[in-house]
Amino acid sequence: MAQIITKATRESFGEALCELAKNDDRIVVLDADLSAATKTSIFAKEYPDRFFDCGISEANMIGVAAGLAACNKIPVAASFAMFATGRAFEQIRNSVAYPNLNVKIAGSHAGISTGEDGATHQCLEDIGIMRTIPNMVVLNPADHYEMIEATKAAIAYEGPVYIRLGRLAIDSFNDPETYSFELGKGITMHEGNDITVIATGLPVNEARKAVLNLEKEGINVRLIDIHTIKPIDKDIIIKAAKETGKIITIEEHNVIGGLADAVCEVTSRECPVPIRRIGVYDRFGYSGPAKELLNIFGLTQPNIEKVIKEELGK
Amino acid sequence: MNPTQKRELEILATKARIGTIIGTFNAKSGHPGGSLSAADIFTYLYFCEMNVDAANPQWEDRDRFVLSKGHCCPSLYSILALKGFFDFDELEKLRHVGAMLQGHPDMKSTPGVDMSTGSLGQGVSAACGMALSAKINNQDYRVYTVLGDGECEEGQVWEAAMFASHNNLDNLVVIVDANGLQIDGTTEEVAGIEPLDKKFEAFGFETIKIDGHNFDDIESALNKAKEIKGKPTAIIAKTIKGKGVSYMENQVGWHGKAPNAEEYEIALNELKAKLADLEG
Repeated sequence: MAQIITKATRESFGEALCELAKNDDRIVVLDADLSAATKTSIFAKEYPDRFFDCGISEANMIGVAAGLAACNKIPVAASFAMFATGRAFEQIRNSVAYPNLNVKIAGSHAGISTGEDGATHQCLEDIGIMRTIPNMVVLNPADHYEMIEATKAAIAYEGPVYIRLGRLAIDSFNDPETYSFELGKGITMHEGNDITVIATGLPVNEARKAVLNLEKEGINVRLIDIHTIKPIDKDIIIKAAKETGKIITIEEHNVIGGLADAVCEVTSRECPVPIRRIGVYDRFGYSGPAKELLNIFGLTQPNIEKVIKEELGK
Repeated sequence: MNPTQKRELEILATKARIGTIIGTFNAKSGHPGGSLSAADIFTYLYFCEMNVDAANPQWEDRDRFVLSKGHCCPSLYSILALKGFFDFDELEKLRHVGAMLQGHPDMKSTPGVDMSTGSLGQGVSAACGMALSAKINNQDYRVYTVLGDGECEEGQVWEAAMFASHNNLDNLVVIVDANGLQIDGTTEEVAGIEPLDKKFEAFGFETIKIDGHNFDDIESALNKAKEIKGKPTAIIAKTIKGKGVSYMENQVGWHGKAPNAEEYEIALNELKAKLADLEG
């Protein structure tokens, strides 16, 4: 059994960047006065000459990143998901994605688990916003080990990437000895043919716990971790639709625009099956401790188990 | 500058204006006014100032140019063609389906274009990134960007200005094509962006005001910029929107409208007469 590491994915990201920078001097990091929160501060401390704080100017930060990439640097621009993808949407679209520049955008404090800061900072739209931009790759890793590998893959990939980071410290569940990350490929974490659960990001571990618990009751759920929301792994989704006939999606995001829609887009043409969506139902969040909010919004084990049973008529 | 050199530049700028008229007429759209006001600046940059190689557009030590006011690309395209990056006839296909010359600059399709632009305020940030890259790598190249005065109403311009001076980007030259007009009227009527020189100065720039149609002025400002250490330079170039075509000069309506057949003939005749005069 692998060691369980309890860490926010933002921190895993900061550490991974630092490690990658040792062997790649093209990597430069930009932040918008949030380095202590996005954890690019880890990189800044190690590589002060390759870190540039742009101040509270997200639009300019993305443009500067585009200029650096046009000169063959690999810029990583970090802020909260809300400001990186919301405030600077058009800069990302026109200055980064349209010319297909090699810029990595890191959006931290994504989702409801941002907690006490409340609705203005709980970004529930970033995946949808980024997914609609041509050329953009969208990653949403679920634990420490997946974030480390996703960061390596994002840097190795040539082109724009959006990577979603969480604020809340969470338990790891992957085993680094056996874990393998392939951009654009989902991971079947548990076999089963009664129904399929497709999860992304923080709720993957909650879904895993639910699935393991239900196994004791003789319910066999297939669990798929989608770390790459774009390009999405069509094959794994269609196979699951065909073999299990029913899908539940789980995401810490608005049910509009994110994983649920991405899955529906795949199945609707090639294998339409009923899809139940767990996520935030087209509303804003509010202040509160992260774990309480995750429970209230149905993103933890008890509600996931309940929904699986409902869908199976049990 | 000696008279021969000046005449050569005037010939090139007139050809760039002709290219602008040919391009926008054939496209039945585009932005002649600002293209014409910036034509002399583009001419000087590409034929006197910048170190570029048309045979090797991606040469990594080249000077960079970012047209932040991307809609004024017809005269930039003309200058790039005259410099040898591609054939001048491409102007006739400007904005057509499948054309190399897009409605706004596309670095992926057009040789010599260093940055894709068109959404105002964004190019200047990219120029900052390019200048910063030179500093990180200890490269000597310089970065030039042309903005519109109306464009300076975008907040991102001032975010970028703050960044450029904070990071001591003395290899960056921001040139404002101050033609005084924007889509809805004069810059004064619409948003009151002046005084631009004082604004850039307050943001930590060395600021120089010039006549943007006077090659001696452009030359001395750019030479002075090279002497400035530790901070970026902003050149506020006073220009005439529509410069070189009598009925377009200082007319708000010629921001984003193509000439019709009759207007096309008049414009070409005026510019060709000027060219014949210059070529003696």
